[in-house]
Amino acid sequence: MSGGHSTYTPKTGLGRWMDARLPLPRLVYDSFVAYPVPRNLNYAYTFGGILTLMLAVQILTGIVLAMHYAANTEIAFNSVEKIMRDVNSGWLLRYLHSNGASFFFIAVYVHIFRGLYYGSYKAPRELLWILGCIIYLLMMATAFMGYVLPWGQMSFWGATVITGFFTAIPLVGDWIQQLLLGGFAVDNPTLNRFFSLHYLLPFMIAGVVVLHIWALHVTGQSNPTGIEVKQKTDTVAFTPYATIKDGFAMVVFFLVFAYFVFYIPNYLGHPDNYIEANPLKTPAHIVPEWYFLPFYAILRAITFNIGPIDSKLGGVLAMFGAIAVLFVVPWLDTSKVRSAVYRPWYKLFFWLFVADAIFLGWLGSRPAEGTYVAMAQAATLYYFAFFVVVMPVLGLVETPRRPPNSITEAVLEKNKPGTPAAGEA
Amino acid sequence: MNATDSTEHTRRDFLYVATATAGAVGAAGAIWPFIDQMRPDASTRALASIQVDVSAVEPGMSLTVKWRGQPVFIRNRTDEEIEAARQVPLEDLKDPIARNDNLPADAPATDIDRSAGEGKENWLVMIGICTHLGCVPLGQQGDFGGWFCPCHGSHYDTAGRVRKGPAPENMAVPAFEFISDTVVQIG
Amino acid sequence: MKTFLNGLAALGLGIAMVTSADAAEYPLKKPPQLEWSFDGPFGTYDKGQLQRGLKVYREVCSSCHSLDLVAFRNLEDLGYTEEQARAIASEYEVEDGPDENGDMFTRPATPSDHFPAPFANPQQAAASNNGAAPPDFSLLAKARAVERGFPTFLFDIFTQYAEGGPDYIHALLTGYEEDAEGHEVPEGTYYNPYFLSAVSLSMAPPLSDGMVTYEDGSPETVDQYARDIAAFMMWAAEPHMEARKATGFTVMVFLVLFGGLVYLTKRKVWAEVH
Repeated sequence: MSGGHSTYTPKTGLGRWMDARLPLPRLVYDSFVAYPVPRNLNYAYTFGGILTLMLAVQILTGIVLAMHYAANTEIAFNSVEKIMRDVNSGWLLRYLHSNGASFFFIAVYVHIFRGLYYGSYKAPRELLWILGCIIYLLMMATAFMGYVLPWGQMSFWGATVITGFFTAIPLVGDWIQQLLLGGFAVDNPTLNRFFSLHYLLPFMIAGVVVLHIWALHVTGQSNPTGIEVKQKTDTVAFTPYATIKDGFAMVVFFLVFAYFVFYIPNYLGHPDNYIEANPLKTPAHIVPEWYFLPFYAILRAITFNIGPIDSKLGGVLAMFGAIAVLFVVPWLDTSKVRSAVYRPWYKLFFWLFVADAIFLGWLGSRPAEGTYVAMAQAATLYYFAFFVVVMPVLGLVETPRRPPNSITEAVLEKNKPGTPAAGEA
Repeated sequence: MNATDSTEHTRRDFLYVATATAGAVGAAGAIWPFIDQMRPDASTRALASIQVDVSAVEPGMSLTVKWRGQPVFIRNRTDEEIEAARQVPLEDLKDPIARNDNLPADAPATDIDRSAGEGKENWLVMIGICTHLGCVPLGQQGDFGGWFCPCHGSHYDTAGRVRKGPAPENMAVPAFEFISDTVVQIG
Repeated sequence: MKTFLNGLAALGLGIAMVTSADAAEYPLKKPPQLEWSFDGPFGTYDKGQLQRGLKVYREVCSSCHSLDLVAFRNLEDLGYTEEQARAIASEYEVEDGPDENGDMFTRPATPSDHFPAPFANPQQAAASNNGAAPPDFSLLAKARAVERGFPTFLFDIFTQYAEGGPDYIHALLTGYEEDAEGHEVPEGTYYNPYFLSAVSLSMAPPLSDGMVTYEDGSPETVDQYARDIAAFMMWAAEPHMEARKATGFTVMVFLVLFGGLVYLTKRKVWAEVH
């Protein structure tokens, strides 16, 4: 995977034999041992490793849960409860999986915001960024379908609402919705196919992750200064330097994860999902899982018709647009300087954007009425303005600070006597 | 290399070993739930013991009940069947061991050791699984008036002992007891 | 270089300062937060209380509310022996079959059976209760919670508040009021300002002082009954809570120690680079 020249030399006879036939040890050595990483990566850069770990946790717990789960509307709810009550360690595996989804998203959001802050998407890393966006989309699809499986009230009505998006498409909308559902409403065929796809998609995610890491290893990692690696002193070997640092971040992340799993496992869930699905009764407030709330707020913010587009289609378009716009970010940002560290104005707008996203999340959990609607409209406006106005215009008008000449210079600058040595590079 | 350097090295090596060991312990602990979940769950284990009312089973009648997902034959044997089984000398048996979970592992396969014991000789309780490859034998068939397995032709006598065919052992007698005159608890 | 992470943390707090507007319309009153033996990181169920709760369930609630997911064998969690659980089970009749004639029959329950439901199906349950089917008790303590509102829901992470269900159940059972304070109460329903989804509910006040006899000397009051049944329902909804918290403690201690070791190793490894 690594772009540079391989430095792997097998030491044993078996190693040489293997290397001549299937150079897998060479690939691993080049990609995860000798692979040079910028020496100034901070802890925000450990989330890629954390995400890989979370994907593994989700796949492993998911596979064993599938050994006990039954995808049939008659027994799905009770089969989950059987896991929680009767299966040995079942409660642990199930809480790991349900909270794991949330922590997967926590990690992915930090990862995405880190990319936006340090300009990690800029040339030559556009494809790397787009592959990341595809992973994010697949994650959302997987999480959505996984949430349907316990067959609680929120499962059912969430599935109803989300598949309802497709009815907004003119002419073929209803046909598409019925195609997805396998019926006129969410029912047994829906649950069965969602289970099948929920099992499939994580492996597709794993596949795209391989491409994502491949692309990363071709261009090399970005870093907080945004300057490309120029000399050998700019980098350290992946192992042991990055591995041990990633490892420490993983343990800390797991500590928080474990706190939720063992002490407040239902904090991030919704009580209504402990009520079995009832197609005849909608809960008072339908709320998606927290990680979808900003998009849910954008969906509901479009309460007006835009020319020939009615508000329903408009909301759906806005919601998908909010994700689609991420794909073109590499071409929206016109700045010559990559990292926000040297862009005072971008920094300001960036943090406003983070605040805006969290605010949208909060609005998504509120009922869509009164002042909430107006606030959601304003927040949605800024969400899009950040990408289509701030990014292109600011790059042209902003005067960035002068970045250092090299990563080494930046590190030496930081470690000058008098400034406390940071625990990170 | 001076003394300070080697102390420093020892300390570092110790740290690395301690960290790696802790990591290995943690990984081993994390694997356990994934293995543990494969064991029979609590609801399955709860069914590991069942109580069967046999008051309606007259001599010459059998009852087949499901225990741990397997058939258990409960037969109230006729006097002729008991007598036929008693006549068989131990040396004629293919498997001279009783295979009775209620008795020591080396108990001989006499008729009394195969049955529910003194005073209850007429009752035969055994797992209705051919010891060859797990099919369910047919009752009161075969060359010895006991059971006959249609899969690969094993013959059992009226005490459930294998007499002919590929089966290596007598049909297993599970742990059971009569908790009253009419109720037998299996498991 | 830490600006990114610091900024993120500061932002979390900043956003938290944005005050929330009105809460949902119902319930009219928020349930008081009680002390439970099972709250906090080392909380355990009070077995005496669970047994009392079971008694309240069996003598009062079970005439309308099912407990589908709980088996009699689970009662051993409440401190009963296997024989006692078997004895309790045998007091219930469950349907079994079909027998050799193809007929369904009833027999005394065994430990592997679940609590039989008072009604054959939801339709019958609704028809017998003025159109409102009484909910199953098995998960109710996790399926009911009053929104905590801002900023309490953030503090709940650190206080490990997970007793919204029992608090709500207790508040509801003790919260019936004669005077509806000007609210319009539909016919056949009973005013209760703690009810989650309306001003009143179809269930008449189910408990009254002295209606269940306690053998352990606990007060025979509505308040005590409500606490006991709420605790019992929490156990029914989350039977492995004690194992969960105990495992959690081991895991947390391990992760802290392991994290410390990894951190020291990381320091050593990086020391050469700086």
